[in-house]
Amino acid sequence: MNAVPKIPSSLTDKQFHYCPGCSHGIIHRLVAEALDFHNVRENTVGVASVGCSVLAYNYFNIDMQQAAHGRAPAVATGIKRVLPGSIVFSYQGDGDLASIGTAEIVHAAARGENITVIFVNNACYGMTGGQMAPTSLIGQVTSTTPKGRTQPEAGYPIKVTEMLSTLDGPVYLSRVSVHKPAQIRKAARSIQKAFRYQIENKGFSLVEILATCPTNWKLTPLEAVKWLENNMIPKYPLGEFKDVGV
Amino acid sequence: MKNLQLLIIPERCKECGLCRDACPKQLLITEDNINSSGYHPVSLPNAEKCSLCGNCILVCPDLAIIYEEVS
Ligand SMILES: Cc1ncc(C[n+]2csc(CCOP(=O)(O)OP(=O)(O)O)c2C)c(N)n1
Ligand code: SF4
Ligand code: SF4
Ligand code: SF4
Repeated sequence: MNAVPKIPSSLTDKQFHYCPGCSHGIIHRLVAEALDFHNVRENTVGVASVGCSVLAYNYFNIDMQQAAHGRAPAVATGIKRVLPGSIVFSYQGDGDLASIGTAEIVHAAARGENITVIFVNNACYGMTGGQMAPTSLIGQVTSTTPKGRTQPEAGYPIKVTEMLSTLDGPVYLSRVSVHKPAQIRKAARSIQKAFRYQIENKGFSLVEILATCPTNWKLTPLEAVKWLENNMIPKYPLGEFKDVGV
Repeated sequence: MKNLQLLIIPERCKECGLCRDACPKQLLITEDNINSSGYHPVSLPNAEKCSLCGNCILVCPDLAIIYEEVS
């Protein structure tokens, strides 16, 4: 039994503003538990992005900075270089990281910047009303693809983690999901490992987490986890895409 | 030695139903009353049947279910 006796000390006791069933809450908890596990809470700086998690600084009980849309890896780079002894992570959605922030994430990874990126892929722009994101699936109905995403009109989804795995810079790249207890346990271990590599000064790590957005998918929370399992996982396979090892 | 039990924090619950679905014994039920946000929180009337598997804790996005130590 994996005992979690209380709310992790890396979280404040504020209630999340996220919609019922939204995966952001689970992912906040897993990140906080990893920081607690490594005992780095007082030495960690988080960088929030633009999206529903823009207010993450209200919930993480650590030093936080908030970056302009897509720029979190650049801001995290600056913080890490000025404070090389600190643990620095960015927390970004797919609209933020895979669209307006493509340049920043690719170059932070290519430089092998010693930061950790928590990449929340919910296949849409959550905060602004569920518009298509680069990660939206072919056929997926969003507010900007009311008849479903088509390739001639909007291209193919971007598999960020696979794409980054061609670079020499990253030391750890994985894709996990939080739709079921077993996957949440795996996600916890993966996030823990990503932070461990940073603590050991190994280099750039990123964990992509498949997440639900029940509100914009227009599904109940239970339907949303099933939609994720049936539609996202076949297109976004789970696993470790790069791991330099111990 | 300290034992664990589940603690449900009704004020944090948003009635998403994920815990109810994840409980292998279907022990969690939705209450008739509402919390201050207007959600019907879950409760665990048959706590003695709970195996403390932790599934409900893992899937809850709002930390409305946590372990509590009892001595
Ligand atoms: C420079 C700039 N362009 C556009 C926006 C509008 N905007 C706010 S959030 C967002 C997308 C958020 O989507 P995502 O990163 O997937 O996060 P989610 O809300 O789904 O968690 C956009 C485009 C903005 N705030 N700033
Ligand atoms: S809009 Fe989507 S991503 Fe944003 S809080 Fe609601 S469910 Fe979560
Ligand atoms: S700990 Fe397991 S058995 Fe107990 S209520 Fe939660 S899911 Fe059900
Ligand atoms: S998972 Fe959490 S928020 Fe959802 S119904 Fe259960 S206790 Fe409430």
